[in-house]
Amino acid sequence: MKNAFAVAHLVILEMVRRKDFYVLFFLTVLITGLMGSVNFFNDPKVARYLKEICLALIWVCGAFIAIATTARQIPAERESRTIFPLMAKPITRGQVLFGKFLGCWVATCLCLVAFYLFFGVVAAAKEHHWPVGNYFQAWSLHCVMLGVVIGMTLLGSLVLSSVAANITLSVVVTAGILFIGRHLNKVAGQMGETTGAVVSGLYYAIPHLELFDVRDLIVHNWPLIGWNIWGIAVLYALVYAALLVFASWLVFRRKSFQ
Amino acid sequence: MKTNRAFVLLGVLILVACASLAASLDRWFMSWAGNRAKDFSPVKIAIGEGQKIFASHFYRKADVYFHSGMYPSIFDNNESFKTAHIGEDAGATGSKNTGDEEQFLGDQRDIIDRFSRNFFPSRHTHLDEGGVAGEHGDSGVVREILPWLKIAQELDPENPLTYTVSAYWLRQRMNKVDEAELMLREGLKSLPDHPALLFELGRAHSENYTNTARARNIWERAVKSWHKQEATKSEPDKFILEQILTHLAKLEEDAGNLPLAINYWEQASVLMPERKGIPERIAELRQKQAALGVRP
Repeated sequence: MKNAFAVAHLVILEMVRRKDFYVLFFLTVLITGLMGSVNFFNDPKVARYLKEICLALIWVCGAFIAIATTARQIPAERESRTIFPLMAKPITRGQVLFGKFLGCWVATCLCLVAFYLFFGVVAAAKEHHWPVGNYFQAWSLHCVMLGVVIGMTLLGSLVLSSVAANITLSVVVTAGILFIGRHLNKVAGQMGETTGAVVSGLYYAIPHLELFDVRDLIVHNWPLIGWNIWGIAVLYALVYAALLVFASWLVFRRKSFQ
Repeated sequence: MKTNRAFVLLGVLILVACASLAASLDRWFMSWAGNRAKDFSPVKIAIGEGQKIFASHFYRKADVYFHSGMYPSIFDNNESFKTAHIGEDAGATGSKNTGDEEQFLGDQRDIIDRFSRNFFPSRHTHLDEGGVAGEHGDSGVVREILPWLKIAQELDPENPLTYTVSAYWLRQRMNKVDEAELMLREGLKSLPDHPALLFELGRAHSENYTNTARARNIWERAVKSWHKQEATKSEPDKFILEQILTHLAKLEEDAGNLPLAINYWEQASVLMPERKGIPERIAELRQKQAALGVRP
């Protein structure tokens, strides 16, 4: 585990050095600030539109950071040929892979902490209350959801030929699940027997990322989700992330870097 | 030398021809109905008439906010959400909604469906009734729908519904009567003498300013403009005329002008024969008239 943590630490350091997060955070602050300065019928208490815009930006930025960071990890090591000295060290392929996954995930979660703190400040400035429990649930669910996305992208980086293809496919699959994942079974019910069975099978097989999108609950000040429900959701995401990392390891351990 | 001079002259000729063509095309372009550049609005230049689609989306978005996010998607049963509830509750439009608005999600289909309902709003509430907090909540939170209505109005200034709905919620729940009137007057600039806008303006004068004389004048003008603008249409907006007539009838009742009130009720009855209660109201007023000894 120590080796995996060392690799993860390097990934986090790389993220700190790169400009991606700073640029995205600045853009989020700028756009939210501009939207917040708009006056609607001289009512300073109007807040929900701003919360929605800010959260939408956070979701887009979070997904971008997670996918872009993960997609280039292994290919960059191969291209710069640093994978060979890394493999020559007393570290297993599994530890390298887990370290990469952990590094990307922790780095993304740290970025989300900054984003959600900013969101909390914006919401508190408008609504004068700070529902910490709700924000913690939103942040943690967002983090575990991105854990699944990172696992998926890591697998893609080993299977697909280029970084661009991996990023595109990861974005399409993530957005597809977020938008229609919940409705696949309804769609399957209106299809023929064979195609319906395929779509229904897909519905049960895919990781339901839309479960973790609790933006509407946060924007409209709904009460907390039951902590037992939250716990099951976190477990559900962790299982999928673990399965994806395991699948990545199965590919990675037989991968030739010649 | 001669060849060079010929080239220069040819170049000058081409430049003059281009300038002449540009000048003549510019005149035509500026008067062309499809010219997007005359608005100087970047959104209009970029998407043109397509902005009406976005306006309709943002109007719906306001209704989503009205329900605190609990709203059917295109995959759900939309029967009870065909007409936006913000418009229906504001009395700005007739309702086409049927079915149970609580049950658009249907029965729980599977374990994932059952589990997922914990992660999005799944209880039917209205912001003007306190929203998520229920009857203990602040009905002023209905203000949250206003940004989307404003954007919808900016994108499609020729839709009367956005003006009337915004004005209703501004004056009725937020006590911002001046802002509501300003909104309606802005609408009347884009849609001169529109009966729906005049009706809502009359309501502001009747219900908020309690200026019945002004309200009467505005509503009478609304009736005239309805006959001018709507009567010739293949599907005239009968709902709004019925609203104007019933409001005028009530106003005349309160003022003691019973023959005029009966007249308005009768017009409303002809317009909407299926509407219950109108014949009874007319009979009641006739009895009252007879008791007072007023000639019909």
